Amino acid sequence: MLMLLEQVLNGLQYSALLFLLSAGLTLVFGIMNVINLTHGSFYMVGAFCAAAAAAKTGSFLAAILAALVGAGLYGLVVELLVIRHLYRREHLDQVLATLGLALFTNALVTVLFGRSPPMMSTPAILAGSVQVLPGLAYPVMRLALIGAGVLVAVGLWWLISRTRVGMLVRAGADDGEMVDALGIDIQRLFTLVFALGAVLCGFAGVMAAPLLAVEIGMGERILITTFVVIVVGGVGSVRGALVGSLLIGMTDALGRAFIPSLTSMMLPPQLSDPLSSSLVSASIYILMAIVLLFKPRGLVPARH
Amino acid sequence: MKQRGINRIAAALLLATAGSAPVFAQQAVKIGFITTLSTPAGYLGEDERDGFLLAVKEGGGKLGGVPVDVQVEDDGLKPASAKQIADKMAQDGIRLFTGINFSNVMAAVGPTVLNAGGFYVSLNAGPSNYAGKACNKNYFDAAFQNDSFSDTAGMVANDLGAKRMVVMAPNYQAGRDAVAGFKSAYKGEIVDEIYTKLDQTDFSVELARIRSLDPDAVFQFHPGGVGINLAKQFANAGLADKIKMITPIFSMVDRMLAATGAAAKGYYLSALWSADLPNAQNKHFVDAFKQAYKRVPTTSAAQAYDTANLIASALKAVNGDVTGRADAFREALRKADFPTVRGTFRFAANQHPIQDWYLLHVEDDGTGKLVYKNVKVIAHDHVDPHVADCKMQ
Repeated sequence: MLMLLEQVLNGLQYSALLFLLSAGLTLVFGIMNVINLTHGSFYMVGAFCAAAAAAKTGSFLAAILAALVGAGLYGLVVELLVIRHLYRREHLDQVLATLGLALFTNALVTVLFGRSPPMMSTPAILAGSVQVLPGLAYPVMRLALIGAGVLVAVGLWWLISRTRVGMLVRAGADDGEMVDALGIDIQRLFTLVFALGAVLCGFAGVMAAPLLAVEIGMGERILITTFVVIVVGGVGSVRGALVGSLLIGMTDALGRAFIPSLTSMMLPPQLSDPLSSSLVSASIYILMAIVLLFKPRGLVPARH
Repeated sequence: MKQRGINRIAAALLLATAGSAPVFAQQAVKIGFITTLSTPAGYLGEDERDGFLLAVKEGGGKLGGVPVDVQVEDDGLKPASAKQIADKMAQDGIRLFTGINFSNVMAAVGPTVLNAGGFYVSLNAGPSNYAGKACNKNYFDAAFQNDSFSDTAGMVANDLGAKRMVVMAPNYQAGRDAVAGFKSAYKGEIVDEIYTKLDQTDFSVELARIRSLDPDAVFQFHPGGVGINLAKQFANAGLADKIKMITPIFSMVDRMLAATGAAAKGYYLSALWSADLPNAQNKHFVDAFKQAYKRVPTTSAAQAYDTANLIASALKAVNGDVTGRADAFREALRKADFPTVRGTFRFAANQHPIQDWYLLHVEDDGTGKLVYKNVKVIAHDHVDPHVADCKMQ
């Protein structure tokens, strides 16, 4: 029972990371209609900025600030120089351009920070474990990641449903041209949304950096799963991203935790071993296929 | 203007020396050096290139007194592009190759080199086929065969008295090979085998499982960034104090160690080289490398340096005539008569190493920096298990 609870917590913290990454991606995809393969790069830029700031100052707060500013600024530059020209282009053009940008970013980070993965240690305040329940200690850093996910979810909900900017974002998702016709500078709105997505990625980067390797290409590795999340949740909807993150995070964690023991109970080892490892690798994609079969526009699609 | 003047003088000097050289004015022997310099794994190739070129530099542009022209190319960790590079080099008449880091790249380049009648001397990649059934008289491995780092890790586990172990590796060929190699030497009980996803970054689920199984030690094979993730999370979960971590050096190389902070403290590693090996050649190498590149050498650099000196010994024996006196060149390579940083080095019948393997322990050097401490020799004159399958032609 404790084991199950611990694995649920593991699933939650993975979901939190996925949510931080997918919230921005789904907005950019849904509102601006841009497939952005550079999205993972902002996560990497955030992590590298955080590691550099932490190495310089030794302060985790400085690391957070550096990650948010670094990723946000880079997002702004990318939007102004490249993405802006892609809104009306075909998806294939967007994929080519943003893939190129992702490769460019990898090279740029290599030039600026070197090829060796930098070190980023857990801040003292988040180090160690706490007793969540008697007999169940859980690392504070991972709890902090869950907390960050909740915080961002609440913040986004407030931003989107309670503010003027949020209203415009929702309107933009429904009908961008109409918003434009009503005298709102949709271009500025797009830039803002894009930068916000990058900032969230940067936040994910700094929160993940103490637990993960800060390395070139770390963004691409998680980007595919992030796309799975927004497709399952429904493109363009932040609530969808939340639902998708929880579903994908939980499926992946619980699948890795329990599929091997379940299959080995039912089948002899020479069959269960390859079966379980394939099932574990494929679990989130199987989930996506099932969801798309019944809900082709995702579980919580943006209203169109 | 001044620059041009100097160039002219240099050219004149070159002409003068060329004129005074023996009739068969020695042409530089071209060496094709294909390695991985880009991608996140590029630092491995950098160390290999730098280790190799250090030996060339020490010889004043020569290996074994023979002028060499080392042509370094980046394969980008793509077997197909490595093969293209090798094809081009072979067409240009290059008959001596080295440099490749990854076994899958090796598999693509091997046939090109060997079919052209060229020599390949490996400084890292050690796939099993070239050690066993597909062994080739022109293929030499001066580093290690892939099984050797995992079966020696099994010996480490025996030596540490680990009775119950969990083994964990990514679910792909090299990961499964590592587990098989470990099991071939380990004598205790394996309580669970965990196969992780190849692109996995989070190990919380597996670590929870390991905690519940409470083994004496964990064997894992996760090179590169994945291994950094695992080390950080293993320590963060509070497991590092209770459970011993045993892994080949390639899952915790210097750069990974630097990136883990204090997380990898206490790791037990099987390794074929360590910076503190007490032999004169090694002391010379470590000092020279530090002086030349302002950083400490890694096992990749040490292997490359040894490979360069092995090639030097053979080039010397044939005075640089690799193609004309191929048989003599091969014989000279087989003798492995070169000063090695590893203390001892010989070739087995399959032209793969017979060498000592060491148990290293990751410790604090007193200033808060983690270093490898050489504990003992874990396997004397270790040979890979494929040598019996090799019928050398």
